[in-house]
Amino acid sequence: MNTMNPSIAAETDVRQENEAMAAVAEDKPEDTVIEEGKTVGKPFADDPKYKLRNVDVSYGNDRAIKDISLDIARNEVISFIGPSGCGKSTFLRCLNRMNDSIEICRIKGQLMLDDEDIYASKRDVVELRARVGMVFQKPNPFPKSIYDNVAYGPKIHGLANRKVDLDEIVENSLRKAGLWNEVKDRLDATATGMSGGQQQRLCIARAIAVSPEVILMDEPCSALDPIATARVEELIAEMSESYTIVIVTHSMQQAARVSNRTAYFHLGHLVEVNETDKVFTSPEHELTESYITGRFG
Amino acid sequence: MSNQTEQAEIVRRSLKGRYRKERRFRAYGILAIALALAALVVLFADIIGKGHTGFLKTTITLDVEMDSEAMYLEDPTNSDEVRMADFVEPLIVSLAEMLPDATVDDRDQLRGLVNAYSSNQLRDELVASPQWMGTTQTITFLANSDVDVYVKHKDDDAYSIKLSEQQREWVDELEQRGIIETRFNDVFFTSGDSRDPARAGVLGAIVGSLLVMFVTLALSFPIGVAAAIYLEEFAPKNKFTDFIEVNINNLAAVPSIIFGLLGLAVFINLFGMPRSAPFVGGLVLTLMTLPTIIISSRAAIKSVPPSIRQAAEGVGASKMQVVLHHVLPLAMPGMLTGSIIGMAQALGETAPLLLIGMVAFVVEIPDGFFDGATALPVQVFLWAGSPESGFIERASAAIMVLLAFLMSMNALAIWLRKRLERRW
Repeated sequence: MNTMNPSIAAETDVRQENEAMAAVAEDKPEDTVIEEGKTVGKPFADDPKYKLRNVDVSYGNDRAIKDISLDIARNEVISFIGPSGCGKSTFLRCLNRMNDSIEICRIKGQLMLDDEDIYASKRDVVELRARVGMVFQKPNPFPKSIYDNVAYGPKIHGLANRKVDLDEIVENSLRKAGLWNEVKDRLDATATGMSGGQQQRLCIARAIAVSPEVILMDEPCSALDPIATARVEELIAEMSESYTIVIVTHSMQQAARVSNRTAYFHLGHLVEVNETDKVFTSPEHELTESYITGRFG
Repeated sequence: MSNQTEQAEIVRRSLKGRYRKERRFRAYGILAIALALAALVVLFADIIGKGHTGFLKTTITLDVEMDSEAMYLEDPTNSDEVRMADFVEPLIVSLAEMLPDATVDDRDQLRGLVNAYSSNQLRDELVASPQWMGTTQTITFLANSDVDVYVKHKDDDAYSIKLSEQQREWVDELEQRGIIETRFNDVFFTSGDSRDPARAGVLGAIVGSLLVMFVTLALSFPIGVAAAIYLEEFAPKNKFTDFIEVNINNLAAVPSIIFGLLGLAVFINLFGMPRSAPFVGGLVLTLMTLPTIIISSRAAIKSVPPSIRQAAEGVGASKMQVVLHHVLPLAMPGMLTGSIIGMAQALGETAPLLLIGMVAFVVEIPDGFFDGATALPVQVFLWAGSPESGFIERASAAIMVLLAFLMSMNALAIWLRKRLERRW
């Protein structure tokens, strides 16, 4: 489907180059030179939800993201993997403009959600975030009741004017997050008293309560035990039917389990994007291979 | 292997020294706390030792015969007659009857036993109940301040007793017979200032202080919190806001008397506000308290975890909603604590109030923000500088009242913090 795309030709070049280099630098993948803006695999999709072109992010003089172009398809689960500091979280946070509050952060390039520029000067960030929900690395429920946590988003956006409507939204969101049966008798209890896994699922419920189109997850399971992680992963699988999900993860197994596509980031470059099983079974780029086989990262 | 055992030996030997250091360090801490506590105990013992008698008043209970001939008074309802009547004579007659060795001719000495205000008290009571005319009534009067000092401190050389030998004998005798006695000093809590220590009270100063505090709180809390929120959440970080920040910190270190001078120059001389008014006092103390409130509120806002902000931003809350719904409630305990501590500082402040004229002698209880008034610490200052020995104990008693206010404010701060924190 990418035949029309001019980057394909370049891509092939990169691959050849890399193969040539791989022979020389087999044992030292860090030395591999990455050409800026070149991504192997399939970074583009037809009619994407997000169309991201030549994205460049810098904190002061540090370039954190170097000329990345990527499409995120509708209702897909795409995971961002890569070693620490590779820019995957920074890139994720550009998708709902969470970097706005960092003053030294500069973002260049084109970031389109449904063909609208999300960094356009008159773009309302509140509206954007109502459409693009976010789940953070550490569970961060508001120090309020379970009910209030979920009801907060709908309340501020005026999605429910009557108490019954709000109750319904809260119940549906908690059901979707697989938390309803555990908390239905104690909706007034404070959220901070729940276990870490429950808190994270509550944060997911809070995110989906405003019916977003996209959910961004920044290492949602890194603070959870394996059982809680399994619950959240199940949840991601269920949610993928109705939402576009972008997940940053340090666990390659998790990426392999939950996502349709996987994007490998390295030092601010987007090195490779492809179907998940392809990335993990036959990576095209040498760096990807080194990473998933555990040679660094 | 031997290397490891050697190292273990070195570690083991150094442990002893480390523990010794730790014990010494702890001892320093305990010593410091003990010193502080000792200073506190000495302070309190001194104040309470000097001041507890201030909470007692000395009274004389007399059987007063309302003889119309002696008083030149026929009809107590006739105000002209009342004005001309003699209300001192019945008191002297009554005292002379009680003391067998005294005659009516000792009138000056006898008169010196009862409070100068007693004749007015008798007049008022008689006007209120005219049917007493011609009868004998048992009425309790305040003793003279000198009698008050003598009764309480006859064995204390620090007090100069201004009674004659004759009067001392009488007082001793009357005290033995239970006619002169000490009881709880309600006058101290129900009246304003007076030149006569026996009739001086702190109510005027308490009301003045409360009025000043009200103005201070009503102005400094909202202004301080609003400034802190703006500086912390909305203000751009540039040279100008840095400049403001530095100057707020500078203001916190400005001596309070400077604020008094400012109040005098600006509020009174420039804006023509009245002197001695609690409103002006409140304005001056607002200026003084603002930096404290701003600094503590900013610290409280800063301590709100960023994850909560992100969570709120993540569901699409606007900046304003993030602040109002999440940051403020979480920062509130810290802001309240800071404000109450600032208020407690303001309550104990004397110097700026002196400059705006709240040091005036005010007998009336103030009943408005623009009435002449004084404040508790200023009242202490006034009494401590008075020559009458009866004011020594009253100054100490007023200090105790002031300390009680301060402590209850601090207790309130702690309680509020605990309560609000428990909500989360």
